[in-house]
Amino acid sequence: MFDKLPSITSFISRDRNIGRLLGVALFILIILSILNPGLFLTVSNFKSMAYQLPEFGLLAMAIMIALLTGGIDLSAVGIANLSGVLAALTMIRFIPQGAAGWQITLVIGAAVALGLVIGAICGAINGFLIGRIGIPAILATLGTMQLFTGISIIITKGYAVLGLPDAFLYFGNGTIGIFPVPLLIFIVIAVLFALLLNKTTLGQELFLMGTNPTAAKFTGLDNFRLTLKTYMVSGLLSGLAGLMIIARTNSAKADYGASYTLQAIVVAVMGGVDPAGGAGTVIGLVLAMISLQFLSSGFNMLRVGGSFSNYFRELVWGVVLILVMVINYLDAKKRARTPQESGTDAKAQMPDTAAGAGSAQK
Amino acid sequence: MPDQILNVDNLSKSFAGVRALQGVNLTMERGEIRCLVGENGCGKSTLIKVIAGVVQPDEGTVTLNGRQYRQIRPIDAIREGIQVIYQDFSLFPNLTVAENIAFNYNLARKKQLVNWRDINRIAREAIAKIGVDLDLGAYVEDLPVADKQIIAICRAISQSARLVIMDEPTTALTEKEVRALFNIIKTLQREGIAILFVSHKLNEVLEISEKITIMRNGRNVTDGNTAGFDRASLVKHMTGREINETNAAIVPQAGNGSVPLLQAENLSCRGRFADVSFSLAAGEIIGITGLLGSGRTELALSLFGIRPADAGTISIEGRPAEIRSVQDAVRHGIGYVPEDRLIEGLFLERSIGSNIVAGTLRRLTRRGLINRAAVGAQIRQWTENLHINTPSTELPVKSLSGGNQQRVVLAKWLAINPKILIMNGPTVGVDVGSKAEIHQIIRDLARQGIGVIIISDDLPELLQNCCRILVMRKGRVLEELPTEGLSEADLTHRLSATAPAPASGTPAHSGQRKQVRPS
Repeated sequence: MFDKLPSITSFISRDRNIGRLLGVALFILIILSILNPGLFLTVSNFKSMAYQLPEFGLLAMAIMIALLTGGIDLSAVGIANLSGVLAALTMIRFIPQGAAGWQITLVIGAAVALGLVIGAICGAINGFLIGRIGIPAILATLGTMQLFTGISIIITKGYAVLGLPDAFLYFGNGTIGIFPVPLLIFIVIAVLFALLLNKTTLGQELFLMGTNPTAAKFTGLDNFRLTLKTYMVSGLLSGLAGLMIIARTNSAKADYGASYTLQAIVVAVMGGVDPAGGAGTVIGLVLAMISLQFLSSGFNMLRVGGSFSNYFRELVWGVVLILVMVINYLDAKKRARTPQESGTDAKAQMPDTAAGAGSAQK
Repeated sequence: MPDQILNVDNLSKSFAGVRALQGVNLTMERGEIRCLVGENGCGKSTLIKVIAGVVQPDEGTVTLNGRQYRQIRPIDAIREGIQVIYQDFSLFPNLTVAENIAFNYNLARKKQLVNWRDINRIAREAIAKIGVDLDLGAYVEDLPVADKQIIAICRAISQSARLVIMDEPTTALTEKEVRALFNIIKTLQREGIAILFVSHKLNEVLEISEKITIMRNGRNVTDGNTAGFDRASLVKHMTGREINETNAAIVPQAGNGSVPLLQAENLSCRGRFADVSFSLAAGEIIGITGLLGSGRTELALSLFGIRPADAGTISIEGRPAEIRSVQDAVRHGIGYVPEDRLIEGLFLERSIGSNIVAGTLRRLTRRGLINRAAVGAQIRQWTENLHINTPSTELPVKSLSGGNQQRVVLAKWLAINPKILIMNGPTVGVDVGSKAEIHQIIRDLARQGIGVIIISDDLPELLQNCCRILVMRKGRVLEELPTEGLSEADLTHRLSATAPAPASGTPAHSGQRKQVRPS
């Protein structure tokens, strides 16, 4: 964990899951390109994926960080929509007719800040319920998901908030060179997120807490503050996703992207995040996301099953998720049965390994 | 009925090229009590698993009651009357005593319907057979460890066991509970049941067994009547080298300096302990002992801030110290090596290195980011200082043996540069060789001026290392004994004298003994 960054090849061979994911992504890419080169292998198709991916990617990272601590964040989409709605309303209300450029910039800045702050506050509420009150994360965030969505519905009365300033829409639709702005934002955030997880005390400590919260407590880590910070980061990412959504669609809705939550969990698990906590990489998450995005784009395009293509998409995602999990679990089982070959301690650990596997199943 | 229940002949087993068993032989007869001893990783557990049919051997045969098997399945072993009681007992905590005892009996007969009268009858018979008294309707999760063990034994004999294999049965038991277990073993023996007793604790081995088999590196090195062994020869056979366990008994140095390092006065925590006062000087090693539930672990947890005391004062180096959380304790330089290494002490799946720096990451940063060089240096320093034996600190800590794992826990605390180290059962589940080395490390730490508190059941351990021993009972400190001139027999006597024995042969299981777990 602390050694120098390994070369790409050794990195792939070290983490079987990542190699596998890369293989899957390439396989899908090639198959789809062969099946329908005219549609799939085009700049416009990749562009459309590049615009859709970032908002989902941010939500997936928001859920991933909660999963790393052994929790989950079901409210991520709810937070995104609440942030989006409040930011959109701010921009619409406070930008006067015929406002000067600087005024518009100022209000957009305020709206963005508000969206992020709302995200962090919502996350803090989750963190408090989970870390201090002790409600299981899945229940606490199920509750807050309803709460945040409910607030958005009341504010918007169920209608979409429309008519955002063009300068803001740039963040969801513009390009720099040939690169879509949202994709660039996503890449920057993903790199920062990976840095946070791997290079900061917070990141490393939350991995430790996710591995064994009791040992974390006995080591002197402050589990409550770690949980609070984890969900605040999660909320921030969700808030940012919300801003990206409204910038791309030019509208804020209380119930946008409801299916993102479960899809994000699919992507995280497929990307090698351990739902029990303590393990997972950003690169795995991103690769899993790309594979699944290829799949859904491909299926949409191939018109598999004609108008049923959307139903097929769900089915394929399900099949892929189950396949990946079956492979991973079988692999883990196989490795648990054969002790690690390296080391002078190999002999000593033998009976222990077997016993450990036995008790772990209980 | 053949007299020979078990004959293991020339058994070998390898895991991924590492030989766990090499030509092992073992014979057990009716009503025989045999001990199987050896260091961690010598192949004891693998041997038991082969006999139980859980692991298939590569070579050799196992003969059960005269029938020779090449491949035993678990169901064959059970039908032949082989019952293994593993360390965790494999009980269902949410079921009652009676259900736990009779459940397998029902399963073995493929009964589809549960007859509650049968269940209770079977359980009652099993309990009567070993002459103990247990509430059949109690839930297993509410019972102390000793009772759980009795339930596991009852379950074994209710399935007409002919050979009961007990894997480290006394690890979690107090002196008195061990006595009760030995009585049960003798009762089983009179019924003609053979017992294979696997243990680290040499005194117990010498006391209970008639025959001893010693294993080392996957072979059985010696086999013979217990009368032919003593402690020293056992240790020698187990480790293959001479370890003088008692050369350890350097005169423990008393602390120096007029201001005590740690001074506890009238510490109380409702329902856990009351009115505890003691002092610890820099460079001093003191011991705390007492039966389970005596409050010794609770006292340690409160000094460490997990469950703060609600009355009394603690001062450190003469200044009053407020310890309301683990963070407070760490800030005051208190480290705690917990009782349950696997759950409380280690992040098993994470690397050895990240376990070592787990508590000090915050101190190893530069401009907000983790300073990889400093982290690496610290890992290297402690791996070397404590002789943690591993090819790479990148390996998960669960790949280490018990003794090396305990060193990792120690390293984690030494990294915070502690003034006071509280060690709860520092050598539980650690083999003889590592044990002596861990004791040496503790003494070295004291020599460097760290005040050490050892909480232990292992009386020789306390006598060899501590200069004073606090005896606790029911949450109070009964006596504070200087170890100079104190013998093990003395200490045992004092421990049992403070706890009047209940009706003979009946392990006590009143609520007071229930161990309170930290939340």
